[in-house]
Amino acid sequence: MLKSKTFLKKTRAGGVMKIVREHYLRDDIGCGAPGCAACGSAHEGPVLESQPLDRGSSLCPQPHYLLPDTNVLLHQIVNVWRPGTWASVASSLRPPGSLETYVEQKQGENSNDRNDRAIRVAAKWYNEHLKKLSADNQLQVIFITNDRKNKEKAIEEGIPAFTCEEYVKSLTDNPELIDRLACLSEEGNEVESGKIIFSEHLPLSKLQQGIKSGTYLQGTFRASRENYLEATVWVHGDAEENKEIIIQGLKNLNRAIHEDIVGVELLPKNQWVAPSSVVLHDEGQNEDDVEKEEERERILKTAVNEKMLKPTGRVVGIIKRNWRPYCGMLSKSDIKESRRHLFTPADKRIPRIRIETRQASTLEGQRIIVAIDGWPRNSRYPNGHFVKNLGQVGDKETETEVLLLEHDVPHQPFSQAVLSFLPQMPWTITDKDMKNREDLRHLCVCSVDPPGCTDIDDALHYRELANGNVEVGVHIADVSHFIRPGNALDQESARRGTTVYLCEKRIDMVPELLSSNLCSLRCNVDRLAFSCIWEMNHSAEILKTRFTKSAINSKASLTYAEAQMRIDSATMNDDITNSLRGLNKLAKILKKGRIEKGALTLSSPEVRFHMDSETHDPIDLQTKELRETNSMVEEFMLLANISVAKKIHEEFSEHALLRKHPAPPPSNYEILVKAAKSKNLEIKTDTAKSLADSLDRADSPTFPYLNTLLRILATRCMMQAVYFCSGMDNDFHHYGLASPIYTHFTSPIRRYADIIVHRLLAVAIGADCTYPELTDKHKLADICKNLNFRHKMAQYAQRASVAFHTQLFFKSKGIVSEEAYILFVRKNAIVVLIPKYGLEGTVFFEEKDKPKPRLIYDDEMPSLKVEDTVFHVFDKVKVKIMLDSSNLQHQKIRMSLVEPQIPGINIPTDTSNMANNEPERKKKKLEK
Amino acid sequence: MAGLELLSDQGYRVDGRRAGELRKIQARMGVFAQADGSAYIEQGNTKALAVVYGPHEIRGSRARALPDRALVNCQYSSATFSTGERKRRPHGDRKSCEMGLQLRQTFEAAILTQLHPRSQIDIYVQVLQADGGTYAACVNAATLAVLDAGVPMRDFVCACSAGFVDGTPLADLSHVEEAAGGPQLALALLPASGQIALLEMDARLHEDHLEQVLEAAARAARDVHALLDRVVRQHVREASVLLGD
Repeated sequence: MLKSKTFLKKTRAGGVMKIVREHYLRDDIGCGAPGCAACGSAHEGPVLESQPLDRGSSLCPQPHYLLPDTNVLLHQIVNVWRPGTWASVASSLRPPGSLETYVEQKQGENSNDRNDRAIRVAAKWYNEHLKKLSADNQLQVIFITNDRKNKEKAIEEGIPAFTCEEYVKSLTDNPELIDRLACLSEEGNEVESGKIIFSEHLPLSKLQQGIKSGTYLQGTFRASRENYLEATVWVHGDAEENKEIIIQGLKNLNRAIHEDIVGVELLPKNQWVAPSSVVLHDEGQNEDDVEKEEERERILKTAVNEKMLKPTGRVVGIIKRNWRPYCGMLSKSDIKESRRHLFTPADKRIPRIRIETRQASTLEGQRIIVAIDGWPRNSRYPNGHFVKNLGQVGDKETETEVLLLEHDVPHQPFSQAVLSFLPQMPWTITDKDMKNREDLRHLCVCSVDPPGCTDIDDALHYRELANGNVEVGVHIADVSHFIRPGNALDQESARRGTTVYLCEKRIDMVPELLSSNLCSLRCNVDRLAFSCIWEMNHSAEILKTRFTKSAINSKASLTYAEAQMRIDSATMNDDITNSLRGLNKLAKILKKGRIEKGALTLSSPEVRFHMDSETHDPIDLQTKELRETNSMVEEFMLLANISVAKKIHEEFSEHALLRKHPAPPPSNYEILVKAAKSKNLEIKTDTAKSLADSLDRADSPTFPYLNTLLRILATRCMMQAVYFCSGMDNDFHHYGLASPIYTHFTSPIRRYADIIVHRLLAVAIGADCTYPELTDKHKLADICKNLNFRHKMAQYAQRASVAFHTQLFFKSKGIVSEEAYILFVRKNAIVVLIPKYGLEGTVFFEEKDKPKPRLIYDDEMPSLKVEDTVFHVFDKVKVKIMLDSSNLQHQKIRMSLVEPQIPGINIPTDTSNMANNEPERKKKKLEK
Repeated sequence: MAGLELLSDQGYRVDGRRAGELRKIQARMGVFAQADGSAYIEQGNTKALAVVYGPHEIRGSRARALPDRALVNCQYSSATFSTGERKRRPHGDRKSCEMGLQLRQTFEAAILTQLHPRSQIDIYVQVLQADGGTYAACVNAATLAVLDAGVPMRDFVCACSAGFVDGTPLADLSHVEEAAGGPQLALALLPASGQIALLEMDARLHEDHLEQVLEAAARAARDVHALLDRVVRQHVREASVLLGD
């Protein structure tokens, strides 16, 4: 038993309750220094390095540990800390419960002061304790604090103490660390003009009062991409009116940054404005041009249309900052030798940030990361500091890193803590694994996947039963067997949520050992699986459904093409081929049934890059090909997902993780219906079934691509499918699949949702045990929220990656002309799709510094009349594609019109001239 | 909700204990001269007093007498000042009745009742201060009181509670930990034989976890036994000195 001493802490909460709590002070917490005899075997957890390998500091030459105070830790550690730079004292700080360093709050002392004192006591204790270690011990603990009083007190008590800045400056070996210090010190702002630009933020307590009483509104601040002087605030809560508030003008924006939670005050109605359609980018280098800003703001206001006025407000305070490190590029200051520079983030919604660096010339043309430290009232731009250099702009590695960071995709290598939960290699199936598990290794199981797939998470089997029926099994990798709830591996995969597939890279959700080996259902090895087995008759009606954990041994890993070849081949007659044929037959019946129920077949242009094997540069583009076998696998996966969804909802009506796809509101379809009408086709959108039918009928013999275009448009009308917890919602319907209930079960290697579903199903069939979080619908709702966010971000990252590779492709290809179809018509532009590359782009008819062509936009027809030519949706045009690298940070594909050959309408020659002129003008611009 | 962190990353509980550690236990026997046996126990901030009368003749209705064994009569009450908010009634409410019944079951299993047919043993327990684990404190106090009264028992009855937080079983829950709402289990053990006198849990806990929680509670109960044993020996030594043996 341990000795313990009791202290009573008496606190009054709310003035009514008297709380008496015990607090046991321990005498068995070690100091963490290796070889310390006094603490003996009491060491546990993180250990100090025996010889701190700090680079020489001119302030304290002998080896030392650092003990930062709480504020330093919070604000600076991420920036300056690198393994080996700072001793790990921080992580092994003695818990406050230890006997020698316990500090009781004194009368009249606030808790911050108490904490400071506790840290000082700990520092003192460490210094004395380390002296005991051995007589000639030079080890010292140095206390780092930015608080002047705290430092003075520490020195009074005989503790060596420095401010963070002093210490980092003394590290003579690493001058670049100074740049990384967050500039919180007041001296950082001395150069600013003393003029105060912004009004003060209200304190949180006043804001909350105001929000309660209704004078202020709380919302998420969303800066505009197009106009840096404008933003909207999405108000939280149920109030239908004032959902969206416009904030216009630098002063009203009041230092809020995209994604912050802010408090907003509504302006009187006579000051309301309409969202301006002007595109404005902050380009001034000079910081004192506040007057100019005001002028610009006036420009915004003159463009106001009386009818369009919307609620307008101003930011009065920040409730929660949502700053993160931002990627971007340095815009070097015009003044030579200057250490202050402006940083332009890649995301246009983030204002430019002022940073201080001595390495501006090396950082120029590089992608860097900068963190915001603060935004003083008298500064036009927020202050920040340099964090990391990502590499040369345009470099493939760098750009990939940027797009991952900007889409918040966690892509760091897995930590040691996470890897420690992986099974030991070599791994075999033990008898313990076989508990609650069926041995299905004798079955003829095979998998069908795209070529080059290493994370195979599904396999199929088919066999005829003695009673004339057939048995079909879907076997899914049993990832939940390896990822146990609550451990670091589980938390990390829950955080990542999904595997992200970029053009030439895969960001795994689970470590590679699992994703490409132990969980991958490769052929001719024993693997653990979760099986869903149906007994069906030959018309694909399910007679019996059974779920079981199993062990399988796949007989073949095929690609879609190989499987297709086997099915079509007349000579092959082995087991695998026969089962494939059986499966294919059933799949066709299933698909027919599904389509009859109203499932939609939508289309989106998907492309695949052919990479050069050495440089990994894209050398060709190819649209994805779909084979019968693709839909065969898909059919059974859908069936498995639906069966599992039914089962887990039956068992856990309150906390099943399901996936729904809400029906889009009718207004979403307007554009599709109008577009079809222009081609004399009718699209019915009242139900999914009628939509599917009318899409099938919509065909034009003269225009075979029309149907695909219509399906692409229909896809754009759809809502996003989302995960949800069954207890938190009552609409389960999956619109696109026309299924009353749906979930994700079949890809646990790459989706975390499937892991949860596996766990639920395992509990439902008694193969695994439950845990509290699994049956907590609020926790589950939180998981769903994160998963939905990660999936969205993964999709965006994927698109961004495709866009980047398309740019690379056209960079090498030069300028090309291609046929394209108009997808949308806008007020001053047309959006076109190039089927050959699956590429979508915008052709603008307005150019800066040029006379505007006469544009007449018709909203009813969707058509745009440019001079005398009318553009309709689905018209065929010819466009020129080239890479516009005038803006290094945002390179983009630029398209310009070459040949508007509109079937049925004669083209006046002068218009085609005009259209032809445009690319030439642009070329000139590029040459400049 | 960012609730209280019941178990820190370093493995410490809110009050500085580790998962399997008990609170500080102090106990005294023979605190009242009037009763046949009495004892007082402190388990951290939970304080309980137990008094035993008997075995004596059945009081009240004779019909209650059992022909083959003694009747164990238990009454539980908790002082009006025992909790943070002052209680209205010290005893007679549902919770007290239930607790009395549980104590009775516990001690019927431990006392060799067949040695005293047609008689009655009264055990009165009062909780003076409640800070979690009241049942356990009552059982432990009552054990000492019964021993003090010299009523023959099979073995000590040692009780302890256990909870389950973040996959780790916690022994001897304090009020803060109980109030957090996790599952809680109360176990009364006869340590020598390892037999269970009473096991009670009214929260949801998956049966796969039950074993380890039970194991933690049993281990804690054995620790309690070691302590109570020391208290009894100390008391007997003091008593024999007083008697001049």
